[in-house]
Amino acid sequence: MSLTVTDLKVYYRTLKGEVKALDGISFSVADNEILGLAGESGCGKTTLGKGLIRMDGRMKHIGGTVELDGETLPIGDDARMNPYRFHKVSLIPQYSMSAMNPTRKIGKMVGELVRSRGVKLDRDELHARLDQVSLPREVLDRYPIELSGGMKQRMVMVISTLLNPSLLIADEITSALDVSTQKAVAKALVGFRDAGFVKSMIFITHDISLTYQIADTIMVMYAGKLAEKAPAHTIVSAPRHPYAQLLINSLPEVGVRYADKRLSGIPGSPPSLLDPPSGCRFRDRCPLAFAKCAEEEPPAVEVEPDHFVACWKA
Amino acid sequence: MRQYFGRKLLIYGLTFFMAVTINWMIPRFMPGDPVAGMLARARVTQPEAVEAMRAYYTNLFGFDLPIWKQYLNFWAALLHGDFGISVWVFPTPVSTVILGAVPYTLALMIPAVLLSWVVGNRLGAYAARRKLLDNSVLPIGYVLTAMPYMWLAVILAWGLGVVAGIFPVAGGYSFAMRPNWSWEFLGDLALHWTLPFASLFLVALGGWAIGMRNMIIYELESDYSNYLAALGAPQRLIRRYAFRNAVLPQITGLALQLGVLVAGALVTEIVFSYPGLGSLILKAIQNQDLFLLQGTFLFIVLGVLIANFIIDVVYVVVDPRTRAGMAGAAA
Repeated sequence: MSLTVTDLKVYYRTLKGEVKALDGISFSVADNEILGLAGESGCGKTTLGKGLIRMDGRMKHIGGTVELDGETLPIGDDARMNPYRFHKVSLIPQYSMSAMNPTRKIGKMVGELVRSRGVKLDRDELHARLDQVSLPREVLDRYPIELSGGMKQRMVMVISTLLNPSLLIADEITSALDVSTQKAVAKALVGFRDAGFVKSMIFITHDISLTYQIADTIMVMYAGKLAEKAPAHTIVSAPRHPYAQLLINSLPEVGVRYADKRLSGIPGSPPSLLDPPSGCRFRDRCPLAFAKCAEEEPPAVEVEPDHFVACWKA
Repeated sequence: MRQYFGRKLLIYGLTFFMAVTINWMIPRFMPGDPVAGMLARARVTQPEAVEAMRAYYTNLFGFDLPIWKQYLNFWAALLHGDFGISVWVFPTPVSTVILGAVPYTLALMIPAVLLSWVVGNRLGAYAARRKLLDNSVLPIGYVLTAMPYMWLAVILAWGLGVVAGIFPVAGGYSFAMRPNWSWEFLGDLALHWTLPFASLFLVALGGWAIGMRNMIIYELESDYSNYLAALGAPQRLIRRYAFRNAVLPQITGLALQLGVLVAGALVTEIVFSYPGLGSLILKAIQNQDLFLLQGTFLFIVLGVLIANFIIDVVYVVVDPRTRAGMAGAAA
């Protein structure tokens, strides 16, 4: 078992109180597994991603543990977490377009970064990785502004995976790209996994159809909690949680003319995480909700092997 | 690259032309008649003699020509390096008077501008994201930068000069001395230099420190800093990158501030009766010395333009983005 997260809670400290962005989530990612993490804005995807590598100043680790390759990660302690970063856990950020220092040549920056982590830069390896994502080697002698958006994205992917981390977190990395570039990036990620550059990967996105292309397992989150986690084809073909069902149903289908039939969404919006309601957090928008949903929170139950659902009706 | 500098030079040329023209106009449209002043100083009572002298001086300074001709003659003389003759210390050429004052102003300005910039940037960078230091640097910086140059100068002259008696309050060197290359004279020069330098340095320091502190905080919050931190890069590396990027706007700021700093230096010189260009301007105005005034202004304009041009060149060297923009970005 590569990554095991147990009852992880991360809250944001704000003036109004604590925002419970991640409120008790448990899951695991196996070696060589790509976990797709899906959900709407504000469901805690990015909080989870950041929590696993570097929390920002407002985030607070409330409870739960994260175990990677048998070691417990000190995620709440910025200084003690540092040795794990880049070596064991790495990140491809949301903001790849501006992730590189604009006034340093890329090759020089990579060298300085790697050396600062106590590793000698292996030029040949770096060149091989550039070839893998079909970037010309000359990019190392260029400044970031001289690269296109897609090139910067691929360059950041190469940098982040250079030290062969056990876990790679890819946070919304395709949202700023056009469809064909999205495909190239997604393929490159799978290629990294297949080549053994990274052991397991968490691919955060709100684009379920893209996740389906590359992920082995998909985890759907809602309001800081796990809604459903299952192998990718199961989530898409036979979802059990009402939220996952509605999410899949709201995707456009090939061959249907939406001029005649309106594409349905999910009415309502997620609850405030400052003071979340008791019981199931989805019940206000759920067509199946009944009395028990308000009283008691549904636990994530393994309804069949590797298929977890947090719903009383599932 | 060549196109960029060509365009820059054209703009500087135009600025120079406009500045020289305005420079020529201002003293000429000032009320008062410099020749009358000279005649009054000569105390000649005979009306014929006065008339003869008036005719001589008017002709000498070229005031009898039509105004457009005076303007053209002015340019012609200027291109020959001739700034005219001073009215105040007649008949010394203006260029000699100015060259006597320029070393003092430069000795004051160059260290004050550069040191305050370097020290202010360092100080601001240290203060950013360090609570204790920030809480002292920020308020002190605000107080310093809000101070008018001459006011701080007066306070320093009073406190350290009159009350404490450590530094002399006026002049470029002691009245009892004659300029020579002895250690004694140089020491005296340095002693007289300290207070005007300190007042210029301190006021500018506050502004640079505050600007740098804000820029560093902005850079430390930026995406590349976050990415480096997420990959566990040490603070030292992140701060070094942030400093380098934060310095770029400060360089532009230096170019913009130069004019203000020069003006500040002039006023400070007057407070300390320091024998530089500032004192010269005051004397020129008091004595209706158009040529001296015009020459001094011209000198200052030239200085600011040259300094700006140097900063333009420096900017191209330190910011790769301006270079890439000139070459046309390669995909």
